[in-house]
Amino acid sequence: MSRDFEWPEFLFLLGALRWTIVLSLIAFVGGGVGGLVLAIARTSSHAILRWLAATYIGMMQGTPVLMQLFLAYYGLAVLTGIRIDPWPAVTLAFTMYAAAFLGEIWRGAILAIPRQQWEAAAAIPLAPAAQLRYVILPQAFRIAIPPTVGFLVQLIKGTSIASIIGFVELTRAGQLIVNVTFQPMVVYPLIAVLYFALCWPISLAALRLERRIDAALGIKQHP
Amino acid sequence: MPLLALSNIRKRYGSNVVLDDVSLDVEPGEVVAVIGRSGSGKTTLLRCINGLEKIDDGSIVFDGKPLPLGGPQLREARRHIGIVFQSLNLFPHHSVERNITLGPTITNEMPLAEAKRIALDVLREVDLEDKLHAYPTQLSGGQQQRVAIARALAMRPRLMLFDEITSALDPELVGEVVKVLERLATSGMTMVLVTHEMGFARRTADTLVFMHRGRIWEKGPPRESFAAPKTPELEGFIRAVLDPND
Repeated sequence: MSRDFEWPEFLFLLGALRWTIVLSLIAFVGGGVGGLVLAIARTSSHAILRWLAATYIGMMQGTPVLMQLFLAYYGLAVLTGIRIDPWPAVTLAFTMYAAAFLGEIWRGAILAIPRQQWEAAAAIPLAPAAQLRYVILPQAFRIAIPPTVGFLVQLIKGTSIASIIGFVELTRAGQLIVNVTFQPMVVYPLIAVLYFALCWPISLAALRLERRIDAALGIKQHP
Repeated sequence: MPLLALSNIRKRYGSNVVLDDVSLDVEPGEVVAVIGRSGSGKTTLLRCINGLEKIDDGSIVFDGKPLPLGGPQLREARRHIGIVFQSLNLFPHHSVERNITLGPTITNEMPLAEAKRIALDVLREVDLEDKLHAYPTQLSGGQQQRVAIARALAMRPRLMLFDEITSALDPELVGEVVKVLERLATSGMTMVLVTHEMGFARRTADTLVFMHRGRIWEKGPPRESFAAPKTPELEGFIRAVLDPND
């Protein structure tokens, strides 16, 4: 027997949306820390660091995120010897995935800073870490905003893959509701709207942040 | 004792020799103008003096000590060697004041209040104290180069290097930068300048160095060298510079 799509079903979806947000946030923050380390390693003068970071990024970008998810899920189960909750597996997989992509995005942003800025920083004469902190990274940050936010939006939508190993985020919750209501043309459009309501404000906020930085620095607005 | 002593410097990129057996002493308070055609090695020479380029052979002795190859030792030496580049490279995300206080506060670990006082002092030296809180994009090219000079001076260097700092400027902005350079020279600063401003070189420099094919081709007091070049290469260069349509 089937249920209608009513308030309790809607609230169930909203509850699941919370897990989409939490998973995205952890992956983005954890991946951000990892990505920063990777980006700095990729642009450092130490060949071994560069190679290690490049290898990691290459492996993560060269394999499907679904496979990484399976590996994290079954890998953790094998390592710990118990059948585990999908929660640690999805956070681990998405954090490692985000680190690789953010690392590559931010490497590009660092490389976009003219060589003369490094030289000017070395001339006053800042140590390498201070050159990064006070001169290079703040400028790279401005350049990195659009692609970083673009990736964050992809990440949020990408967490729907976690539904495959039984992690109940928004998409999985939608499937469960469809199974009992048989109303896919009500549930799935609603889920699409919920994803959109999450992602659209983020893109808008990023645009405002860019404009605010440019205005503070006296940079002319692009149309 | 010279403040800076370059002995038999060689530098090559692959098989291309850019500096060939260059030797030069710079005494305290001396102003050396380096001129020459593009590709003659003058910019590379300047960059070698503060270790931005590594020499292949020879020696650089600054203040009685060999210039270290890199690391914290080279940074220590660079605290006393200021450089201003041709490209406008203030830090665009920092105010004029922060551009200037960054070196003193971070490198020299000076209290911010003291660094700010110095920032105001050095900005006065370049006549830009009213631009303390401006951002680089709000300044003209000439003003940016004057702030770059102030940024270098804030470290209280013993030697200042200038790499064609007026070459990227519109012609009407060259004068204000040259005026600052002349004032600095008069104040007793030891300076090595790569320049295309022949009038400045003639008026202000103590020594003129003409570079050609990676060598110091001719060296002497500027007035004499301009009036009576000893080599046909310098004679040709002066003619080409003073009357480009000739």
